[in-house]
This record gives sequence, C-alpha cells and structure tokens, in this order.
Amino acid sequence: MTRIGRREFLKAGAGAAVGTLGFPAILRAQDTIKVGHLTPRTGFLGQLGAYGFMAAQLAVDEANARGGVLGRKVELISEDTPNPGVAVTKAQKLIERDQVHFLIGEISSASGLAISEVAQRAKILYVNTGWNSDEGRGARCQRYLFHVEGCNTMYTKTIGRWQERQGKIKGGRWYFLTADYAFGHDLYRVSSKFLSEHGGTNLGNDMVPTGSLDYSSYILKLRAIKPDLVYLNLAGTDQTTFLKQYREFGSPFPLAGGVMDTVPFWAAGIDALTGYWQSLWYHDLKEPGSPEFTKRFSERNGKPPDNQAWGEYVGIRILLQAIAEAKSTRSQDLVAHLEKGAKFDILKGREAWFRDWDHQLLQTMYVVRVKDKAKAKDQWDIFEIVEAQPAKGESYELIQPTKAENPCPMPAL
Amino acid sequence: MPPLTLPILIEHVANGLLVGAYFVTLALGLSLIFGLGGVINLAHGAFYALGAYLAFEVQRQAGFGPALILSPLLVALLGMGIESLFLRRLYRGDPLLGLLFTFGLAMVGEQAIRIAWGTTGLPFQIPEGLRGFVALGEFIYSRYRLFAIAVTALAILGVWLALEKTPYGMIVRAGTRDPEMVRALGISLRPVLTAVFGCGVALAGLAGVLSAPLAGVHPAMGTEIGTAAFVVVVIGGLGSFWGPVLAGLLVGVIRSLMVLFWPPAAEASMYALMALILLLRPRGLLGERWEQFE
Repeated sequence: MTRIGRREFLKAGAGAAVGTLGFPAILRAQDTIKVGHLTPRTGFLGQLGAYGFMAAQLAVDEANARGGVLGRKVELISEDTPNPGVAVTKAQKLIERDQVHFLIGEISSASGLAISEVAQRAKILYVNTGWNSDEGRGARCQRYLFHVEGCNTMYTKTIGRWQERQGKIKGGRWYFLTADYAFGHDLYRVSSKFLSEHGGTNLGNDMVPTGSLDYSSYILKLRAIKPDLVYLNLAGTDQTTFLKQYREFGSPFPLAGGVMDTVPFWAAGIDALTGYWQSLWYHDLKEPGSPEFTKRFSERNGKPPDNQAWGEYVGIRILLQAIAEAKSTRSQDLVAHLEKGAKFDILKGREAWFRDWDHQLLQTMYVVRVKDKAKAKDQWDIFEIVEAQPAKGESYELIQPTKAENPCPMPAL
Repeated sequence: MPPLTLPILIEHVANGLLVGAYFVTLALGLSLIFGLGGVINLAHGAFYALGAYLAFEVQRQAGFGPALILSPLLVALLGMGIESLFLRRLYRGDPLLGLLFTFGLAMVGEQAIRIAWGTTGLPFQIPEGLRGFVALGEFIYSRYRLFAIAVTALAILGVWLALEKTPYGMIVRAGTRDPEMVRALGISLRPVLTAVFGCGVALAGLAGVLSAPLAGVHPAMGTEIGTAAFVVVVIGGLGSFWGPVLAGLLVGVIRSLMVLFWPPAAEASMYALMALILLLRPRGLLGERWEQFE
C-alpha cells in the first residue's frame, strides 16, 4: 500500500475539482443514466404527483452533486400521466424515443398496471413509488416490477391491527365508501375481508365515481344507516372533498380509511380531520435520515414532503444504489441484485429489502392520530405518530399479504 | 342501503334540489353567453376556478362576505377585457374559431392558476358564522348550503329581472333572436355582448366562490365542472332562460336519488339523461326553435 501525503492528497483533490468544473461538456457528453419518471401532474391525483416530482428531482440532483453513479450523470425525464391511456403512450415514448434505462413512478393503480405491462415487454426495470393495488403484487406481478409503495393489504393491516387491539373491529358495524376504479375495488376487497375475518359486520359499500364534487347524498345516506364506523377507500382530491363535507354535516360516526395521503389531508385542513389513520411515512418522523430529508425538501420547495415525495425520493435512491452495487445498468442484472435481498436505508431506522417472491419492499408503516389543533406548529403539522407497525423487533411479514392471500405467479426473466 | 322511508326520500330530493342550484348558476352563465354571442365558452370552467382562487385571496384579507361580491366582479372585469380584446374578433367568423380560442383560454387559465397559486389544493374553510346545521324537525341540514342556495336564488332572480324588466335586457333578448334587425334599428350590440359575457362569467365565478368551502380549491377544479355545465345547458335547451334552471335542478335530484339507489351510476346519470333528451327532444327541455342552428 502506498501512503499518500497530505500535500499530494490536496493536489489530487484540487485537480479533480478543476477537472469537473473545467470540463462539464465532457461529463455531459458521456452516456448518462436516463430514468423515465411517470406520474400524474394533472387530474384528481395531480396534487400528489406534484410532490412526487419535486422529490424525484431532489434525489437525482443530490446524486449528481455526489458525482453521479458509476461515474455517469443521472438524468430524469419526467412525464405527466393523467390517465392509463396516456400513461402507456408516455411509457412507450420514454423507452423508444428517449431510450431510458429504467422507469419509475405513478400513483394510479390503473395506470401503474398498464405501465408494468409495457416495461415487461421491453424488459425494463420499473420501480413503483406510489400505487397500491394488491393485484400488481399478486395476480399481475412480474419480474421487472418492484414496489417501494405499500400495497393495500399493508395499509389495511397497519390500521387494522391497531383497531383490533382497541376493540373496534369485533362486533363493529362498518359502512364502506370506495373509489370506483382499480385501486378502490382492490382496497375494498382487502379491507372488507379484514373486517369479516376479525368479527366485524359489513353494512354495505358504495362505489363512488372519482372526481365527485358533492358527497352530501352519501353523507345523508350514512345518517340513515348509522354505522359504528365509516371506512373510506378514496384517494386524491376525492379524499379532500369528502373529509370537508363530512365535517360540514357534523357526521357523528368515526372515520377511518384504507389509505391516507398527506396532501389531500393538508388540503382539507386540520379542522376537517378526525381519528386514526395510517401512513407509509410522515415528515415529522424522527428516524435517522428523515428529519434531514424533510429539511432539504422544505428548504428547496417551501413546504414539507408528503408520503408520495418520500416514495419517489427513496425509490430513486434505491435504484441508484442498486446500480452502484450491481455495477450495471442492465435491468436483468438489477432484478437479480434486488431479488437477492439487497438492503436499503429508507429513512425509517430499519433496513428494508424486497420480498423475493412478489417484489414488495418490506418496511415499517405508521399508525397516526390527527393532532390537537392547539398543538399544531403550522398548517402541515396535522398528525402525531402513534406507533410503528410492525414494531422494531417484529417481523415485517406481520402486515404483509401472505402467499395465500396474494399469490404471485412470478414469470421468468 | 338504508331502510327506504318517505322522510329519507324527501331528504334526498331536497338535497338534490340544493345541489342542483349550483349547476344552475354555472349553466345559466354558459347559456347566456351562447345565447347572444353564439360562442361556446369552453373556458367557463377556468373562470369558475378563478372565482374560487380570487375568493381565497380576498377572504384572507377581508373575509368571506367581501370575497363573495368582489371575486365575481373581478372575474367579470377580466372576462370583459378578454371579450373586447380577443373574443369579439371571432363572432363573425367560423364558430370553430371561438371554440378553439376558448379551449386555449381554458388551458392557459389552468396553467396560470398553477403558476400563481401552485399545483396543490388550498384549504378553504367554511366561514365561521355559517358553520353548523339547521334542524327542521327530523331533517338536519348544513347551514352553509342553505346560505349558498339563497345566494344562488338571488343571483338567478337578479339575472331574470335584468333580462325581463330592463330596457337593456330587452336589447339582449332581441339580440339573441334577430341580431340583424337590432342592428338595423341602429343599436350596437357590441357593448351588450361585452356586458353579457361579463355577466355570464361572473355567474361562473360566483359558483366557484360558493363551492370553494365545500369542495376545496385546486387547479383542475374548472376542468371537472366544465363538462357538467355543458350537459346541463344541452338538457335544458339552448336559448331559454328557464331551461338551464330546470335542467340543473333535475340533474341534481336525479344524481342524489342515484346515490341512494345505485351509486356507481351517480355521475353517469346526467349523461344518460342528456342522451335520452337528445334522442327524444333534440332542442332540449325548454329549448326554442333556433333557425341559425337548424
């Protein structure tokens, strides 16, 4: 081993710095690693997508500031996907015209499933950062698809395990309101199953069209039904509208839900919120890395990151770390590397890895409680974290769908 | 499904009428603009969204009351500016030009809102004094919604009075039937067209303000509502004042009853109604025969 003196070390460092500054053209001319980013920026999920995009860009900029990956610069090419039809077209465009190496993103389950098929045909790795349908991890799982976002069962079991301990499920009479598309149907299947398996009564379910502006009729109907709990399987602006109007009518029945996204809850405002929910991540989380991420994101964008932002940020970091570890940008190599159980820091104080048989990221989720308004620091401070699910010593599998619940016939590479 | 009793049925019909009132405000403005200028204003939804956003700003400074008056006025001023700068050049040309222009305007409007206020929704709470409920025996209803219906009714009444009882309204009515004759009488329709456009978009703005505390404020809100407004106008019939009013209320009631009986079809019900009306009575429920379109 040769010893390098302090002087030589400094010289080399200065030389490297000058090199980077002096010849940016060379760096650019090198083959960049292109990441195709798909997410709705318009439509009823557009608000969530806006946060996702900010976070994806932050992750890429941070990686480039560190010198890129494998000595190559990372380039993010982002597209707006307001519906599944556009999502497919944009995915194809990213692969064929922009020649991206990987795909990442999406929030709508319907769009995500469609993108997954395009990725599979092109044999390109696709990291899902925001859609929840169990179907994508089960019946329609595939080799090139990996899920950073939690699935519907994870959300359901996280709040369900807590509710069960509180004695809210056994003998409880619940009524469901469900978004009428892939995500909602899947979530209703999972959440109603959990209810009946744990001794509760399902009073009924309304399939609600997305983009509804008025829920008064549903709320009046609930008044007549008088359930013990109203279980909400809605997403995006639908969640906001419902929460506001539910409060407007002063409905007395407790509210819980299959999925909680912070942005629609912020838009509803703390006054319209009640009860206990579940979250994949919350910006007030104190685990190592989280406060720093919140700080960097807030400084750049003037507002804290939501759960979607966390998903895209961590998703990009996982992707880039895998490229560095596998020393390859070939999707096949990365799939193999991820399936071998590569470990990742996802800002939750516990390492995460992908389950080999369905590619779901095994990770912690959180039960959260709506904060007392007097204690809220600002308009974004709406939750207190009640507990982690599973707890630190427990197996990740406790909130996961079992093989029997969600069989995945994983096809060959 | 809850046990179907008469009170529940009445409750849903009443709620439907209240929800419908809000469709009426939107559709009436659209119908007015179309009636006189022959312009299908695809940017109607954008004016609606703008009304909500301006109300958000005014409310922050001065409260909800001023917002309710000021915001539609600002929308009207902007609308009149756009009308006299751009839209008026297109009246005589191909109707397609007006369509393209307002379509572009809608996109520009939504993007401008995104740039000015950001992409995420803004929390817009129900004003302090209007929270809570009114109990009428068995029925409990939101105080704010009752207030909104009163404002809507006043606005509709105001437009009706202006059209029917003022000399200016007479020119508007004459202008919608026979613009050539009005011109031959030496009356210029230009200022009338500008005023009607302003009035129409002010109604859209008002609907935006009223719905903001209920549905929240976000950039795509105009796109969502625009289509509904067209459907109501088509059902009601072009060129009639009471057509959009009747159609708006009808759409509200049918939607509310569908929620009670078969929720998945709640949103689709108004399109089904439109298809049915177009098949049986193409000019709409109260539409008059319109020579220039037949």
